Amino acid sequence: MSHFFREALNRMRSFFRKRPLDQELDEEMAAHLEMAVEENIARGMPAGEARRLALARFGGVQQAREAHRETRGLPWLDVMMQDLSFTFRTMRRDRAFTIVALLILALGIGANVTVFSVVNTILLRPLPLRDSQQLVRIVEKDPRAGESSKTYTADATQDFQQQNRSFQSVSGYFAFTGPDNFKLIGQDQPLPLTGILVAEEFFQTLGVEPALGRLFKAGEFVKKAQPVALLTYPVWKRQFGGDRSIVGRTVDLNNTSVTVIGVLPETFDFGSIFSPGARVDLFTPYIMDDFRDDGNDLALIGRLKPGVTVGQAQREVDQLLPQLYFEHKHPEYGKGYTGQVTELKEYISGKLRRSLIVLWCAVGLILLIVCVNLSNLLLARAAARSKEFAMRTALGARRGRLVRQSLTESFVLAGAGAMVGLALSYLVISYLAHQGSIALPLLSMVRVDGRALEWTVLVAVSAAILFGAMPGLRMSDGNLQEVLKDSGHGTSSGRKHDRLRSTLVIAEIALACVLLVGAGLLLRSFLHVLDVDLGFEASAAATISLDDGDGRDPAKRTAIWQEFVSRSSAIPGVEAAGISDNLPMSRNRSWGIAAKGQLKSSAQDFIPVFVYIVSPGYLKAMGMRLKEGRDIRWDDLYNNRSVVILNETVARKLWPSQDPIGRTAIAGGMDSEVIGVISDVRESSAEENAGAQMYLPSTKQFGPEGANLVVRSKLPSSALAMPVMRTLRQINQGQPATEFKRIQTLVDHSTSPRRFFVLLVGSFAGLGILLASLGIYGVISYSVTRQTQEIGIRMALGATESRVQLGVIWKTLRLALIGMTVGIFASVVVARLIASLLFRTAPTDPFAFAGMVVLLGVVALLAGYLPARRASKIHPLVALRTQ
Amino acid sequence: MVDSKLNLLQGTLDVMVLQTLEVMGPLHGYGIARRIEQVSSNEVLLNQGTIYASLVRLQQRGWIAGRWGTSDNNRKAKFYSITRAGQKQLAKDTAYWQRLSAVVGRVLTMQPQGDEE
Repeated sequence: MSHFFREALNRMRSFFRKRPLDQELDEEMAAHLEMAVEENIARGMPAGEARRLALARFGGVQQAREAHRETRGLPWLDVMMQDLSFTFRTMRRDRAFTIVALLILALGIGANVTVFSVVNTILLRPLPLRDSQQLVRIVEKDPRAGESSKTYTADATQDFQQQNRSFQSVSGYFAFTGPDNFKLIGQDQPLPLTGILVAEEFFQTLGVEPALGRLFKAGEFVKKAQPVALLTYPVWKRQFGGDRSIVGRTVDLNNTSVTVIGVLPETFDFGSIFSPGARVDLFTPYIMDDFRDDGNDLALIGRLKPGVTVGQAQREVDQLLPQLYFEHKHPEYGKGYTGQVTELKEYISGKLRRSLIVLWCAVGLILLIVCVNLSNLLLARAAARSKEFAMRTALGARRGRLVRQSLTESFVLAGAGAMVGLALSYLVISYLAHQGSIALPLLSMVRVDGRALEWTVLVAVSAAILFGAMPGLRMSDGNLQEVLKDSGHGTSSGRKHDRLRSTLVIAEIALACVLLVGAGLLLRSFLHVLDVDLGFEASAAATISLDDGDGRDPAKRTAIWQEFVSRSSAIPGVEAAGISDNLPMSRNRSWGIAAKGQLKSSAQDFIPVFVYIVSPGYLKAMGMRLKEGRDIRWDDLYNNRSVVILNETVARKLWPSQDPIGRTAIAGGMDSEVIGVISDVRESSAEENAGAQMYLPSTKQFGPEGANLVVRSKLPSSALAMPVMRTLRQINQGQPATEFKRIQTLVDHSTSPRRFFVLLVGSFAGLGILLASLGIYGVISYSVTRQTQEIGIRMALGATESRVQLGVIWKTLRLALIGMTVGIFASVVVARLIASLLFRTAPTDPFAFAGMVVLLGVVALLAGYLPARRASKIHPLVALRTQ
Repeated sequence: MVDSKLNLLQGTLDVMVLQTLEVMGPLHGYGIARRIEQVSSNEVLLNQGTIYASLVRLQQRGWIAGRWGTSDNNRKAKFYSITRAGQKQLAKDTAYWQRLSAVVGRVLTMQPQGDEE
């Protein structure tokens, strides 16, 4: 057994010591021959005869050398090295071809690896949490009213935790945290931080272990417990310089000294899992007793017991949740939750599946186009090299060897392309992973990982086979004589070649067609989304989150709010200012509202409605349109008057075809006078219809959840940020350096996934059309070159320049038309498949199709015009002489 | 066919080389080739050059060792000698060949017989 191993080792060693081994063999053989000659002479032969006989007995020095090499070394590797060195030589010679091919391949493969990495992270790979298949999210079955209907009260959560039998643990987080809800007070200016309140066992349920220190303990979830916090890894690195001694130290958060008990691992990114695009800096305990009266506010997660399926858990939840009271203290509020159990992974990325698959297909199409294109380029080269190959065949190269040679070439190209593509993709992915502005879940965790590398290899190999096989086979299966005779510039030769290349170009055009129509439809949808009447004017408005001091006392709060609003309005360039606790397209919460009628209202009469606690001027600052009635006034706030402004949806529901102004609604449990009606505002995203909304003054009945100052001004927000911050600091020294954000940013954030997909599919379509035009140009240009003589003759016989041009252009257009016809049929099918991704755009949208036809037509014309021009400039005499 | 020399079966040359070295002690390539020709009474068709592929193979397997030295008439040549592993291999091969040739001999000398044996 051991000699096999030894032999293999020796063979490998010999492979790298060719020169010395050959030399040694030569010496050995020389000695051999000398000895044979001597012996023959000794036997009495003449010197010439002695030498001849010695050589004859030896039998071929070169053969012996070859046999020696083959026996001692790695013959297949030798052949491969030969093929490789030949390939490199060819590639160096055809530098332009090599660069174009590499570029095309790098783009195609790079795009594929990038999209694969995104798809892999968001769709394929399990969540980066321990046994993530056990994790579920529990939400109400009909989440009509935003976050409030996706959450549960503290009491219901506790009951559910105690009574269920399907879960190892159930926990949750406070779902209504606004950004920058904490300020870290240190040496410098107060620093705004975002902290999430989490219920007991939250991290244990997720299976997250701290990187430093420990997680929360049970004793920290009771009232009056020593306040503690867990830091996320980025904030620990950024704000505390990665100082390990931070654990156990106290920091000043919102004027409370809080002990840092630990740091979470780098791999745990709360935002990317639960609220895409959001930055989270720290976690504090959600103390149930503080929230018993606050309604639904916990977003629930659970970890199933081993062996329990989602279906089984669902059955138990269906039984259990309807039995739970909203609040123990108020059994009269009733009971009756519902719960939909969804695997966490599915909850996070399920909605994106279709979009991602479309993206994946689009990028697959790109790869196909790339392969077709390269196949075409290689075929063109094969035509030029057909004589070389015929010559090699004539000299004894076997067909397998030629195919192998040409496959080696395509593998080298694909390999090099893959490497460049991988580098490109690495850059793009690092860029994407740091785009906080794209609200896609898990995006920050996208990496070029092992799976992506495997995918790269797979893509490169299949591409190499796809684009290398056809030219390889064609090249080697020529009729030897014919090829050698064929001068390559005749008229009848290579018809077969031509037809094949035309077919490839048609396929390319058809594929590009599908991509273009897809991109066109998505783009139209995106434009429609941007066109939606949001109910407010996002442009020229900006917001900053306020620290309104200890705003628990309503009278003090009103005074400070008024100062904020009036002094901000006085800043030069500011047209209006106002305060609201919630902004559209960010977090939301909802209460119930009903018309006060003759009957005693029951729970069923209440409709869930989004609540905004606002100051006077807010509607104007946001550019919301008051349809009827009046805005809230400061004296409503000072006098704790219960008034409410409704949106049209609510007004229509409560008082169909009646004037709602002056009527009384039960809003947030208080009888409130309706003082105004505004146009509907898209509160969660541009794509979802507006729900019911109401705007209440901040009074002692209606406490705000934080405060956002909104100012309307034509000045750019960068010019406004300084004076606004100065004003805020004059009123409140403790105003943290929160970000001054344009309202447009909120809108952009909500449309960012669509923007992301449109951008990607659009650039793929761009790439597709570029490649298709290259293909067209290649084929037409080649056919013009080949027909130089024919064109020359025709011109000599009186054909005009424009006639020749038209002929070439017509040929181009014919290719384009056939391709587009095929493409349109394919597009109609594809468009139907992506119909659910479209917004107010029919899958047969005429603009998308017409746009594609025009674009492709123009590009085809351009690609055909250049060779056509060249053809018309052919001088008959010159043409006839070239041969 | 009758007057042509014997074609060597695959692998037989290796055994012959091993046996030659075992019996004759260290020899150079030419010596080995000559020896085999003499012993086989020139019946084997041997291109002397083919011996070198065999030598490098045996060397790589560790059955023989080669070293440069000087011949009787003061010529530089590479001398091969059998190793311990080579001797073991030779014993195995010899046994194999003897069994094989006995079987082949028996089969080829088979006489037509009755229905039994």
